[in-house]
Amino acid sequence: MTGVDLLEPLQYAFMQRALLVAVVAAVVCALLSCWLVLMGWSLMGDAVSHSVLPGVVLAYVVGAPFALGAVVFGVGAVALIGVVRGRGRIREDAAIGVVFTSLFALGLVLVSITPSQVDLGHIVFGNLLGVAAADVLQVLVVGAVVVAALLLKRRDLVLVAFDPTHAHAVGLSPRRLEALLLGLLALTSVVALQAVGVVLVVALLVIPGATARLLTERFSRMLVVAPAISALCALGGVWSSYFLDTASGPSIVVALGIVFAVTFLLAPRHGVLPQVWRRRRARRGGGTGTGAGAVRARARAAPAGRDGPRPRG
Amino acid sequence: MTAGIALTDVTVRYGDVVALERATLAVGAGRVCGLVGTNGSGKSTLLKALLGLVRPDGGTVTVAGGSPQAARRRALVAYVPQAEQVDVAFPLDVRGVVEQGRYGHLGPTRRLRPADRDAVEQALARVGLTDLAHRTVVALSGGQRKRAFVARALAQEASVLLLDEPFAGVDRPSQDTISGVLRELADGGACVVVATHDLAGLPELADEAALLAGRRVLVHDTPAVVLRPETLALTFGLGGER
Ligand SMILES: Nc1ncnc2c1ncn2[C@@H]1O[C@H](COP(=O)(O)OP(=O)(O)OP(=O)(O)O)[C@@H](O)[C@H]1O
Ligand SMILES: [Mg+2]
Repeated sequence: MTGVDLLEPLQYAFMQRALLVAVVAAVVCALLSCWLVLMGWSLMGDAVSHSVLPGVVLAYVVGAPFALGAVVFGVGAVALIGVVRGRGRIREDAAIGVVFTSLFALGLVLVSITPSQVDLGHIVFGNLLGVAAADVLQVLVVGAVVVAALLLKRRDLVLVAFDPTHAHAVGLSPRRLEALLLGLLALTSVVALQAVGVVLVVALLVIPGATARLLTERFSRMLVVAPAISALCALGGVWSSYFLDTASGPSIVVALGIVFAVTFLLAPRHGVLPQVWRRRRARRGGGTGTGAGAVRARARAAPAGRDGPRPRG
Repeated sequence: MTAGIALTDVTVRYGDVVALERATLAVGAGRVCGLVGTNGSGKSTLLKALLGLVRPDGGTVTVAGGSPQAARRRALVAYVPQAEQVDVAFPLDVRGVVEQGRYGHLGPTRRLRPADRDAVEQALARVGLTDLAHRTVVALSGGQRKRAFVARALAQEASVLLLDEPFAGVDRPSQDTISGVLRELADGGACVVVATHDLAGLPELADEAALLAGRRVLVHDTPAVVLRPETLALTFGLGGER
């Protein structure tokens, strides 16, 4: 490993742009993902991120900002899903499946007939290394708007995720707050599209929040943990793609997947292995006390063994 | 009547199901009213109509002297939901839940001021949850959880309190705590409407009782009158699940 200069990628402007866009997209998506995983909206994230494609292509054709086209189609998709489901008979998952695949396919058709250098592969799988300076600006502006909105409205958005009835009772509008979240989702899709492509946007919108949920019992901490994990994975993914010559967007998602898997296995409280260890240690302790209290008491009494992290008392 | 609640000839339908038909009830400020009736008799629906969660097909609803919407906008009406309508696994601690009671009084970012924090701590203390305030909701027992939601309603300092079966699955001490708090609130001028299946606790809890049956308020009188065997017998002829 002596011959490898780890800072080498930073010499190139295209790598600087790639890293910047990847990290911004990762952070914005991770913040949003905290709400999506708690509201059970992961599938909605998938739907909206695919549905923005025709909007982005049309915006490209007429020379409008991508974000505008994305929001129109993202919000339109959510409205359509509501209409299809609202008739009864067709359940939400089916409605989502019908609407987003149709819109996504429409987007692909539009790409195929658009006479330009719009590369299908780039849209579907991202084109991190080919990000232009103008794209960077757009990602920064849209990202800043989404982050500001999420942070300023975070308490209302938490309340509507937790207990919409109480939100209603104290004069807030759950519908309007949900609409805000969906609008931000559409905007975020544009940002993430640049980084990992339409197909993998949902990974950035779900994995960081799901990982953070395994690591903390406080929403406020999720809002720190999720973006931190996501940003590190973005950096790691782009970096490794440079040295290993792999596709950059998918490398980010693979990194996220690995971190999730490790967390799933090892997270102090909710991880699979610590739970097994705690149970085994409790049994080895023998005696009559096998309740949760006895387990915790023993875990506290024993020094943290080499065989696992100490549970939090 | 300026404060309290009033429903006049209120009809509520869910599609083809008629849940309430020309139901009429008025409860004044400073009163605790127990709402009783069999499963499906329309207790929750009546509370939802007061809260504006369901839109009546007919009749008028008045809350704290105005429309339900006006009352909500001024955060004048507090609601404690039935059983587990909320996602209890949500990563929030008890204090965070009680703070939500203040949201109707705060600016657009819902930043709490010192006075709001005081109200939150007082509400926690009144239901005996100060020591558990840092716990997550999921780490509470059913009765403690109920007290947390009652504390949230307290922190709201509303003039109308609607509670949907706050005693379901709650042990005696928790029940006494909640009843005591409701009594104090009423003495302080609030109007409290409680849907409950706990008939035995009714005289102690409530000043008045309303018996729902046959989609309407059949009897509205003192708890003693409503609890008479001949009154209760009516419900089995008219009420029942549909
Ligand atoms: N969302 C709904 N859709 C259709 N019907 C409903 C809905 N909610 C309630 N109902 C019906 O309306 C009637 C009144 O229901 P409600 O929940 O108000 O009764 P309740 O007195 O609160 O019952 P419980 O004691 O079981 O809580 C019932 O027949 C019920 O089946
Ligand atoms: Mg009910």
